[in-house]
Amino acid sequence: MTKSELIAQIATRNPHLYQRDVERIVTSIFDEISKALSRGDRVELRGFGAFSVKHRDSRVGRNPRTGASVAVAEKAVPYFKTGKQLRDTMNG
Amino acid sequence: MGETITRAQLAESIYQEVGLSRNESSDLLELVLNEITEALLKGETVKISSFGSFSVRQKGQRIGRNPKTGDEVPILPRKVLVFRPSQLLKARIRQGFSTRTPAAAPSTSA
Repeated sequence: MTKSELIAQIATRNPHLYQRDVERIVTSIFDEISKALSRGDRVELRGFGAFSVKHRDSRVGRNPRTGASVAVAEKAVPYFKTGKQLRDTMNG
Repeated sequence: MGETITRAQLAESIYQEVGLSRNESSDLLELVLNEITEALLKGETVKISSFGSFSVRQKGQRIGRNPKTGDEVPILPRKVLVFRPSQLLKARIRQGFSTRTPAAAPSTSA
């Protein structure tokens, strides 16, 4: 399922809404999550899962082709942890 | 920074964005999460462009250990949900991080 299919599906279930508005709704959800994460905040959606940001220390990496050492700067990466309820439903 | 955003704030942003009632905004948020969940349960991958994709991975059985007693215990085959962030999301997060911690800004030297 792609984002546009998700939008179409929700629009079908909500005939009173314009597809354009559904699009704005779906976009604003993921936008808001992205914004929160780039601020360093956590997004917790009980039952579904939680998005957070993990810190990665700087390290010395290697160019796999040449074997040369490269300095990799300290950075932050997004992380998603599946919610308990969803994890259980998947294996239910 | 360091705050936790929940359904309430996401619903609020829908409310601000489209001007539906607060109630309907939170219903729609729930619907979005439910649609994603349903697709995943059917084994589909859910791709949200510029955000990331969710997919279900099947894990085989393996032998684990009770860390306290050292006993071997089988870990049963199960399904796990994997989120792969898009390049754009990763870039936004990295950028936000280096803005907050200027010392960590990627340097070209060293």
